[in-house]
Parts: sequence; C-alpha cells; structure tokens
Amino acid sequence: MAVLENMFFLAEFTPIRPAWGLLFWTTIIFFLFWWLIGRFSFRPIAEALKKRENDIQSALDEAKNAREEMANLQAENQQLLAQARQERAEILKEAKEASSKMINEAKSRAKEEAQKIVVSAQREIENQKKHALKEVKNEVGMMALEIAEKVIRKQLADDAEQKSYVDGLVDELKLN
Amino acid sequence: MTPALAQHHGNEDAAHETHSGQDDHHDVCGFHHDPAPGSEYDSKQTSFHHIADANVYSIGPIQIPLPVIVYAPGSGWDFFMSSKFHFETIGHGDGHHAYNRYVLQAGSIKRIPDPSFPSGDVQLDGFITKHEEKEGKEVTVSYACYDGHEYRLDAKSTADGGLFGGGITSFYDFSLTKNVVSMIIIFGLFFFVFRRITKAYKERDGMAPKGIQSFFEPIFLFIQDEVAKPFLGDKWEKYLPFIMSLFFFILGLNLWGQIPFFGGANVTGNLAVTLILAVFTFFVTNLSGKKHYWEHVLWMPGVPAGIKAVILTPVEILGLFIKPFTLMLRLFANITAGHIVVLSFVGLIFLFGKMGGSMGGSIGGVVISVPLTIFMMSIELLVAFIQAFVFAILAASYIGAAIEEEHH
Repeated sequence: MAVLENMFFLAEFTPIRPAWGLLFWTTIIFFLFWWLIGRFSFRPIAEALKKRENDIQSALDEAKNAREEMANLQAENQQLLAQARQERAEILKEAKEASSKMINEAKSRAKEEAQKIVVSAQREIENQKKHALKEVKNEVGMMALEIAEKVIRKQLADDAEQKSYVDGLVDELKLN
Repeated sequence: MTPALAQHHGNEDAAHETHSGQDDHHDVCGFHHDPAPGSEYDSKQTSFHHIADANVYSIGPIQIPLPVIVYAPGSGWDFFMSSKFHFETIGHGDGHHAYNRYVLQAGSIKRIPDPSFPSGDVQLDGFITKHEEKEGKEVTVSYACYDGHEYRLDAKSTADGGLFGGGITSFYDFSLTKNVVSMIIIFGLFFFVFRRITKAYKERDGMAPKGIQSFFEPIFLFIQDEVAKPFLGDKWEKYLPFIMSLFFFILGLNLWGQIPFFGGANVTGNLAVTLILAVFTFFVTNLSGKKHYWEHVLWMPGVPAGIKAVILTPVEILGLFIKPFTLMLRLFANITAGHIVVLSFVGLIFLFGKMGGSMGGSIGGVVISVPLTIFMMSIELLVAFIQAFVFAILAASYIGAAIEEEHH
C-alpha cells in the first residue's frame, strides 16, 4: 500500500470512464431530443422560416412589379399628355388656318360683291344718264318744235318782228 | 464547479472516528473528509470530485437524493432513492448506511462485492481510501468499514475496458444520476421552449417574430444558414433536425454546467455523453453514405492499386472512426478542462487560506480568485457556444461529405 496523504476526496478522474448507465440514458435522451424536438419543432420551424422567406421574396417581387407598372403608367401618361398637347396645337393651327381662310374668303367675296354693286351702280347711273339724256333730248325736241311752231306763227305776221322773236327764243333756250 | 466547496469540509462526525490516526497515513475510517492538521488543500482532487457524475444532485452545499437503479449479475435489479444511504443534506455525499450492499461514497454509488456483508439497511462506520499497486499501476481503492472489518468497494462498471482505470466490475449503475437528470431537464426545457416557438410560428404566421421566438430565431437561422445549408447541399432539410439537435443539446448542457451553485453538472464533459453523440454522428454519416463516398473511402479512383491497398484504404477506413472519435474527445476535453480551471481558481481561496486556517490568506485568495474566475467563466460561456457550434459544423461536414453526389 502506497503512502496516502490527505485524501479528502476519492480523487479519480471518472468523467473519462464512460459508465454504462450514462451511455444508456444519453442514447435514450438524445434520441428523444432528436426525434421529438426535431420532428415537432425543428422541422416545422424550418418550414415556417422558409415559407416566410418565400413570402418576403414574393412581396418584394410584387412591390418591384408594382413599381415598374407605375413607371410604365407614368410613361404612358406622359406620352398621352404629349400627344394631347400636339393634337391641341394641331387643332389650334388648323382652326387658325380655317379662320384666316374664312376671313380671306369673306373679304374677297365682299370685294366681289362691292365690285358687283359698283358695276351695277355704274350701269344704273349710265342708264339713268342715258334715260335723262333721252328725256332732255325729247324735251329739247319738244321745245324746238314749240319754238318752231311759234316762229312759224310769228313769221306770218311780221318779218322784223319775226327776227327779234327768234332771237328772243334763242336767248330763252340758252338760259335753259 | 460549485464555488461553495467550503461547506463540504468541516462536517466532522466524530462518532465515526473508530481508529485514531496512528501514523501519517491518512487511513482512518470515517465519513468526514477533513484533512489531517497541517496538510495541504488538494485542488486537483477537489476538481476531480466536482466534475464527476454523482447519485446526488448538489444545489450549493445541499445534496438532493436521486433515484437509484442498479443491476448486479447474480443479485438482480435494485430500485430505490439514494436517500436510503442516509447522507448529510448539507455535506459531501457520503452515505452513512449501506443498502443491499450498495454504498454512497463521495456522491457516487459503490458496491461491496463481498457476500459476507449483510444485505439490507446497514449502518457503516466509515470509508477509507488507499492507493494500491495493481499490475504495476497505482490505483485508488476504497473500503467501507463495518464491524471492525474493511470491505473493498467496487466502482460501477464502465465501458473503457480498463483503459482509464475503469472496466467491468460487480455491478452496473443505471441510476438517474446528476448528469442524467441534467439531460432530462435540458430535454424538457428545450421541448417546452421549442413547442412554444413552433406554436408561435403557426399562430403568428406572416407576422414578425416576438418574445422567445425572436430570441431563438437568429440562433436557429445561424445554424441553418451557416452550418446546415453550406455543408449539406440540397438535402439540408433532411439532416437539419439532427444538426439542430446536436447543437442545442450540447449548447444547453454546456450552459447548464456553467450555472454556479446549480450542480454545475459536467455533462458534456463526460466521455459517455460525448461518446454517444459521436456514435450518433457516426451512424448518421455512414448510413447515409452514397456510392461516391464509399468509392472514395474503399477504392479511391485515380490512385495506383498498390498504394490504395497498402496505404489509402486502411487510412480512409481508420478515418471513418477517427472523425467521430475527435468529435468525442474535443467536446469532452474542452468542457472538462474549463470546469477544472474554474474549480482550480476557486480553489485558490482554500489554498491561500490553508483550509480556513488563515483568514488573511483566504482574503488574499478571494482577491486573486474572483477576477480570475469571472474571466474564466466568461471564456467558458464563449467555449460553450463554440464547442456546440464546432460539433454541429463538423458533424454537418462529415454528413455532407457522405451524401455528396458525383459531379463530373
């Protein structure tokens, strides 16, 4: 027997000696841990996490799509607006052209009308003039006939007197 | 690693002092473990006691009885509570009684193989521990004193085949020991916690995680994304429960052992536990091995046949066992070493104080011990995570190598 000093514990390094009971219980408990917690917790948790990951991914994708759609819509709107603006400009231009054309047309028509009026007025004036001249001629003719009649009547009475009478008549005529 | 070891010493039971110390051999029967006057505090032996498995559960200095299930070939099964041994509630775990030739010494159950020892409940006079020569090796043997005789005690059978001083003895201990109870507590705790988390994922579908769920989610995701997915490829989901179980089982037990005054159960620092975890890994790895894996192990393509037969194949086959073997040793050594270092730092108080003989020395010991212990325990917290992670990641890499498909 060796000398034994101060042995207040049975100092043996027992953790390195695997006891059969501990081997047995570790096997059972770890197996239960693996089977029960693995099956009823770790697997469902992993699935839930995967599902959530997919949900987040799809939500992100959706947001991206929505943003793209928005951008597309905006671009479309911009395009429509531009188109509308152009159309408006065209319409305005056309309207302007149409109005100026109408004005020009109206002007030219008015000119024509005026021309016509002037022409017809001139013609009327001409006619009136002719008519007046004709009347004057007729009047003069009548006057000449009256004078001639009176001359003829005087002649019959006195020659000298006749002469002065004719002169007087001529003076009268000149006054007219 | 109970920092309250002081309480263990000083429960001298003078009534059991049957022999007076006749010489400097401390071979006196008794239940006390008081050192002889003037002797030194032995930090190593204290540490070894505290990292050992026990048939009592210590919370602080209080010893709680645990169920005992023992089997001795020839005598059959015995079921009883370890309170049958009549150990002191505030004490060290020495049973004052023997029951059916089983005794409790230093918290650990032992058996008197001598059939002349009476069966049933018997009051003992004490224990004595001696160092003996056995096949050229010095071994520690304990004796129970009863009726003026010393009865040799058998430790429980262990699976080391005598390699580490154990071996098959006269009985097998299937008791719910401190380590087993710790594992059951950790299992129950995680079962309950993960049940709640799973429920939360179902009930709060589409919502952000909350409470305990958000505490565990980053840890879970870390193992899933950093360990399972990179190593296991497409089949990560199939092996995820195993990897997760390894990680959380080891982590839970590592941390459980770190709680001061709470037993400080050195579960993952016990070779039996790490051995079983390694064996599980071994079977999961090799049972899921694909053709590609076995081809590389048994007959590596592209290597001359002679080299394969002489070197490569034997080495590869050896490697199949070495891989889980290293897993087993790494975890065991890390956790046990951590416990021993913490216990040694705490032991400085008793060493400096000459076992309560010097108050000034004790105070000096406290001044040195407390910061060192705090420092060491912080490191141990880190180690608890690292070792769980390392075990999980290596197991995942072994499985990953086994299930790898040929890609040419």
